[in-house]
Amino acid sequence: MSRTNMISVAEWREKVEAEGAYNAVAEMLERIEKSKLNAYVTVDKNALKLAEEYDRGKLEGRLAGIPIAVKDNISTKGMRTTCASKILEDYVPIFDAHVIERIKQEGGIIIGKTNMDEFAMGTTTETSYFGVVRNPYDLDRVAGGSSGGSGASIANGEAVLSLGSDTGGSIRCPASFCGVVGLKPTYGLVSRYGLIPYANSLEQIGPMATCVEDLALLLEVIAGKDERDSTNAGRSFTFIPKPRKFKVGIIREMGGNADVMRCFEEAVEVIKGLGCEIGEVSMPSFKYALAAYYVIAMGEASSNLARYDGVRYGYALEQLDSWTKYFSKVRAEGFGSEVKRRIMLGSYALSAGYYGKYYLKALKVRTLVKNDFQRALKDFDVLISPTMPSLPFKIGELADPLTMYKMDVNTVPINLAGVPALSMPIGFVKGLPVGMQIIGNYFAENDILSFALELERAMAE
Amino acid sequence: MISEEDVYKIANLAKIEIKPEEVEKFKNEFQSILEYFNILDEVEEDIEPTFQVLPLNNVFRDDSPRPCVSREEALKNAKHVENGYFKGPKVVE
Repeated sequence: MSRTNMISVAEWREKVEAEGAYNAVAEMLERIEKSKLNAYVTVDKNALKLAEEYDRGKLEGRLAGIPIAVKDNISTKGMRTTCASKILEDYVPIFDAHVIERIKQEGGIIIGKTNMDEFAMGTTTETSYFGVVRNPYDLDRVAGGSSGGSGASIANGEAVLSLGSDTGGSIRCPASFCGVVGLKPTYGLVSRYGLIPYANSLEQIGPMATCVEDLALLLEVIAGKDERDSTNAGRSFTFIPKPRKFKVGIIREMGGNADVMRCFEEAVEVIKGLGCEIGEVSMPSFKYALAAYYVIAMGEASSNLARYDGVRYGYALEQLDSWTKYFSKVRAEGFGSEVKRRIMLGSYALSAGYYGKYYLKALKVRTLVKNDFQRALKDFDVLISPTMPSLPFKIGELADPLTMYKMDVNTVPINLAGVPALSMPIGFVKGLPVGMQIIGNYFAENDILSFALELERAMAE
Repeated sequence: MISEEDVYKIANLAKIEIKPEEVEKFKNEFQSILEYFNILDEVEEDIEPTFQVLPLNNVFRDDSPRPCVSREEALKNAKHVENGYFKGPKVVE
């Protein structure tokens, strides 16, 4: 498999012009059916009906006729939404998430729901109840996580655009491992209404695409005001490319292994070639960021996932026992081991006597990380680093939880601070893609995308 | 140090039943993860915590009635339903 499998929005429109949306979507559904990647949990055959409508001129909008894959933790009315968990295996939402409403308003075709780590807890999509997502460039390797299916589907032409969610790197990691572009927007730019919560104060829904231009298109559609998410910033987004000589800071504390660094340094040379000024910046607080991130994420998870009680929806037992027994048994049978681990550690960290030691300290680190970014972004327009410290892992390579958590070291500080960050492909090592992370200030998505667009063009030459 | 008893206590807090054969594995994993978290002890106390990153306060909407979920829709995903209500387990033991 190679980059040639990817289909950009422009290529899709040409294809539809030539053969009609119905045929193009039918071909894509067949491709998904035959695929070995396991990128989808649910495929929606209704996509063909929508394609037919498009061919009859009845589907209009900025995304008209474009097949879009949606991560399976984003609520889709009437379409099963599982979070890749046994506990939600047959859950069918009765409402659409804000981002889904927006996509439908713009004529987009939701082609299916993508595979992910259970409840978005993981870096490899290995914790999915529906099995691992395979890397399009090497089937023995992972596609990254937690939005593994959203990344792999784009890379293999099983969708043109996709939505992921990013709590600590869950869009950027699979973007990096699958050689596609992905963005975690500024906290509050995209409404979280209808996103099944894992860690509210950290997560954002974001777009994934084959190129920067397509990414910007989907971001424009999903960003904006929504009063059903009380942390929504009420801002919209329009991409106006502004090429200039960017001041670029390389973050010293965010590195990678020799394979990754060789590729990263080559990309830095390309950036120099654009006439950008490059400097180095140090972020001392990052030493504590990973621990702080996991304490906050687990704490919020323990509270959020308390809703799975086997009564109102989700996995249930035949016999209603006493409350404690029933509740504990439903959760024992319904959750996978990584989810249990995070709920239990979160409960512990928030329990009497430990709040000050773990949770409150983590929130203090968050202040330090935020301050470090503010300081660095006074001197630089954008900050860069390798997205992931390593090439895509072999399936089963990261068996120990803590070893896996440590792979998020470059991505989690962004979520703690709430700033936006993009991952884009910068080359291949040993036939596997490498990604660069580009970080900007709050609501500076336009700067990040402008810079990424220039770099993308320079890399293509 | 995390003991076996601690693991049962934590599982009870989280309302997740665990089997005796799972205890050892969870104990070791909790131990190594919590040891890693101890790095937070180095962080100074005298810093303001950040609960959320946006400068948003008291976000309200108008308190006006609007259409809401119907009873039928609300019960759609439940397995135990009786007379148009959710049926839950006994609360008093």
